[in-house]
Amino acid sequence: MLFYAIQRIGLSILILITSMVMLFTALKLIPGDPATIMLGSRANAEMKARITEQLGLNDPVIVQLGTFFGRLLQGNLGTDLWSQRPVSQIVMENLPYTLTLIAAGLGWAMLIGIPLGCYSAVRRNSFVDRLTGIISVATISIPSFVVAIYAVLLFSIQLGWLPVLGAGDKGDWKDQAIHLLMPAFALGLGWVGYLSRIVRASMLEVMGENHIRTARAFGLTEFQIIKSYALRIAILPTITLLAVAVGGLLSSAVFVEAIFARPGIGKLIVDAASMRNFPVVQGGVLTTVFLFALTMPLADLLVACLDPRVRATL
Amino acid sequence: MTGRVLEIEDFSLIFETGGAPVRALRNVTLSVPQREIVGIVGESGSGKSTLALAVIGLLAANARILSGQVIFDGRDLLTLDEDAMRSIRGKRIAMVFQDPMTSLNPVRTVGQQMLDIQHHDRESGTEVKRRKAAEALARVGIPDAAQQLDNYIFQFSGGMRQRIAIAMGMMQKPEVLVADEVTTALDVTLESQILYLLRELRDEIGCSILFISHNLGAVAEICDRVVVLYAGELVEQGLIADIFANPRHPYTRALIACDPARIPEATRELPVIAGDVPNLAAIPKGCIFATRCSWARDICAVEAPPMVETEPGHFARCHFAKAGPQQ
Repeated sequence: MLFYAIQRIGLSILILITSMVMLFTALKLIPGDPATIMLGSRANAEMKARITEQLGLNDPVIVQLGTFFGRLLQGNLGTDLWSQRPVSQIVMENLPYTLTLIAAGLGWAMLIGIPLGCYSAVRRNSFVDRLTGIISVATISIPSFVVAIYAVLLFSIQLGWLPVLGAGDKGDWKDQAIHLLMPAFALGLGWVGYLSRIVRASMLEVMGENHIRTARAFGLTEFQIIKSYALRIAILPTITLLAVAVGGLLSSAVFVEAIFARPGIGKLIVDAASMRNFPVVQGGVLTTVFLFALTMPLADLLVACLDPRVRATL
Repeated sequence: MTGRVLEIEDFSLIFETGGAPVRALRNVTLSVPQREIVGIVGESGSGKSTLALAVIGLLAANARILSGQVIFDGRDLLTLDEDAMRSIRGKRIAMVFQDPMTSLNPVRTVGQQMLDIQHHDRESGTEVKRRKAAEALARVGIPDAAQQLDNYIFQFSGGMRQRIAIAMGMMQKPEVLVADEVTTALDVTLESQILYLLRELRDEIGCSILFISHNLGAVAEICDRVVVLYAGELVEQGLIADIFANPRHPYTRALIACDPARIPEATRELPVIAGDVPNLAAIPKGCIFATRCSWARDICAVEAPPMVETEPGHFARCHFAKAGPQQ
């Protein structure tokens, strides 16, 4: 088990290192000189040279990469070119908003999607099953930013029920919850259908297995069979999928946060990129990569905890 | 105590397939006397497992019962609702399936499953139920039974798994145990151990066993009576000694002749029954076995043979059951 955990975490570290190198390279390839952006177009050559020197842009690329890695290992994501504040501090301010959004979006998707999938599997080809089948395909194929825009049009502009912009007042959790409703709805909608279909498919498979027939032969109730015998197994592929979902939601959050003018990592990256505020872009992207790299081994470990067969092979 | 604990009468069942229905069981009548082990033999597709599932009310969704009754304790099980049936399952009629590796749950411990199946007992607490489970495991020869309750089924060897499945079936002292191919996945040594265990438990608990197998050797070793199914029809039934010493149906004769354990000397050619089982979606007129039968005469293709009692308690469905093959 310990070896397995180390193995999974090692893999995540490898993912992190690779993505850091890729990010570094990508930022090098973007046209535009950071010194010019910082100082504005009217800066003279001497000032630019000083800033370039200060940012270490004159060093050989490999040395720049080395310093970049070295600073990251110390938790130093660099300095915001505009506000001169540490990027890590800015990221940490924005991170909770994104995490709340993803948790809420995925949370409601799970809360609806998983029971719906179970129901569809047990009452296969029923009206509810067919209906969720159709609606699922529809919601999966609509991108979350489209859902967001229409949700704003309907609930905020037409009906005037929900606020459009921002994340609510700090400290007022009720206001924040109301502001969370629509973004979380937009973010999670596609996953409701997706989860229900995946859970349905794996439930159908498990419900056809021999041990379910045995449980029935011993007179267990259908509810108990589903809860303790089938879902325990059927949920396993879903857990791995949820980890992938977190990755997908991190990128969907960029759009949703932008549309709702909601603070968060996504909006931070978008704003910083448009202003060529490279250290912030780097810091934001690295944080999302780190989150994703953390989710995958966590999901694998959770599966190992829930499935004694996986545990036995470790 | 010579009552009949389970009676299946004129039972017919089809599987709806979208095309022509598959007539999987036709007019099967048999009874299981108290404290007896009744073997049901037949090749794959003969309907033995379907019959077992019908008894416990767990037929596939596309199965449709055309006629018949399954009488248990004075009631027709086929007419009971789901709740009434559930109160019988596991408690009064228990079932042990082939290959416990797949027929027991992989993510619940043996102990959890043995506790779950005691749901009929609403009075005892977890401690009592756990002790009962441990006792049941110890009874079938699982060492360190109390500790083993926390293990999963895949952590046991094949023989131990089958013992656990039998312990689960017998734990609540059912009146009928349906054992579906319980020794098929085991090697010969383990097989005879399991057979011995089943007989011992039968004597102890006083239950009847419906022993489903395609292994004639196992049936001969354990059963009091045997029922031979062929392509969904009951072709012969009687006491074990009568059937093996004096089989009256040509199919039973062929089956016994084909049993590798009974072929007296080394031979290069194993006997086979030529031909195939008829398509159950298009049952031929006349005798179901006629196309593969060495005794077949003109009448066999036209007229379905009646069940003939060749000696007291020994029945065979053949025109020549009494007279033997005609010259």
